[in-house]
Amino acid sequence: MIEVKNLTKKFDDKIVLDDVSVIFEQGKTNLIIGQSGSGKTVLLKSIVGLHSVDQGEIWYGNRQYNALNFKQKKEIRKEIGMLFQGAALFDSSTVEENVMLPLDMFTDLNFSDKLDRVNFCLERVNLTNVNSLYPSELSGGMKKRVAIARAIALNPKFLFCDEPNSGLDPQTGIVIDNLIKNITEEFNITTIVNTHDMNSVMEIGDKVVFIYEGKKIWEGSNNEILSTDCKELNDFVFATNLAKKLRT
Amino acid sequence: MKFLEHAGQYFVLLSKVFAKPEKYILYYRQTIREVEKLGINSFGIVVIISIFVGAVITIQTNYNLENPLLPRYLVGVTVRDSLLLEFSSTMVALILAGKVGSSIASEIGTMRVSEQIDALEIMGVNAASYLILPKIVAAMFFFPILSLLSMFVGIFGGYLTCLLTDILSPSDYIYGIQYIFYPHYIGYSVTKVVFYSFIIVTMSAYQGYYAQGGALEVGRSSTKAVVYSSILVLLANLILTKLILS
Repeated sequence: MIEVKNLTKKFDDKIVLDDVSVIFEQGKTNLIIGQSGSGKTVLLKSIVGLHSVDQGEIWYGNRQYNALNFKQKKEIRKEIGMLFQGAALFDSSTVEENVMLPLDMFTDLNFSDKLDRVNFCLERVNLTNVNSLYPSELSGGMKKRVAIARAIALNPKFLFCDEPNSGLDPQTGIVIDNLIKNITEEFNITTIVNTHDMNSVMEIGDKVVFIYEGKKIWEGSNNEILSTDCKELNDFVFATNLAKKLRT
Repeated sequence: MKFLEHAGQYFVLLSKVFAKPEKYILYYRQTIREVEKLGINSFGIVVIISIFVGAVITIQTNYNLENPLLPRYLVGVTVRDSLLLEFSSTMVALILAGKVGSSIASEIGTMRVSEQIDALEIMGVNAASYLILPKIVAAMFFFPILSLLSMFVGIFGGYLTCLLTDILSPSDYIYGIQYIFYPHYIGYSVTKVVFYSFIIVTMSAYQGYYAQGGALEVGRSSTKAVVYSSILVLLANLILTKLILS
């Protein structure tokens, strides 16, 4: 479980996150949704420690992450897997080297065991025979799957995904969404997904948090989202003509 | 104020770079890769430039030493000393600042803007150390070799000029390059290159590491890396020459 208490983040004088408090539950796919520029990515990056916070607390289980020193934070980071918006695979390394890097860095396994683990992770995301390919030789969806494989290589307790569907067609997006949900349930990890894709919300949103202008103004399940009376959320959910027609 | 901010940020980066590596074997492997990328891949440009510069210095020196009272072998002496004292260290460093410096800044800058550095940090890897330390070690080890190569090739370029033209007899040239030879000139040159290597790699890595935005900013960081590395190399040249030769 990850708990955020009264989180505030400013860039110069601009308040980007304003007193956000939320609990992300273990074994569930927790979604942060909101318009572009609402503060979703800043919230996600603050939780993983890529941004420092101005006020508030971030708890990983019973450990207050933002009160730990560098060395202690590093230990928690080994329990974190993250899927970045652009996949963030290392261009000069093959798929195998990309997935193996965390194993090389933080385990004492021999090469054969590491290779087994790499192949297991790649098979788990439905990729085979891609070990020797470079990221430039992969499609967008394959890159995302390799990034998921890398994120789960060290058996993380926490998985963060920043806009996993961006740049993907709806069908591939659903494949990635289901992969994230299945992995979350299979390994009982706390997953936080940052998205503005309503397909993802309806497909995998066990818990949904809506951020509007830096504030959390709604949270609930994906079923509750369609019947909410929160105006800002309704404007966001039913923004497209298709959604408006379906609603009427 | 801006200068102090950058200086502070540069030294903070260096403190991260020289933190204890997570796994030495990975750093060793990275260093070998960097030797190939930064060093061996620069062989060609160093050889081509050195051979031409050696040839041109020979022609120019010969042109300026037409006084019959001056012995002809002085051309060889001048070519040797020009190459050993300045060209093969400082000029080669400036060439490498252009080639290697821009490559390092754009590589690390691209990794920064495409979140690859964030991905390393999230894994718990000290990204600054993992990406930059092997480059520093590789450059400090291999750039002196390139400098020595430049000396030999430059002198050979002068010899070829003598051989292919009639401006100077090859025997006078050979006599000149051996005349009153101070071996410590090579040590002086190599010492300077070791310092230059550190400056080029760390300054270029710094520009890339703190790049923000997109392709345009990566391009800017690459340009800044070349400009600042070159200026610092020239400044270091002045200081080291004063310290070592006086």
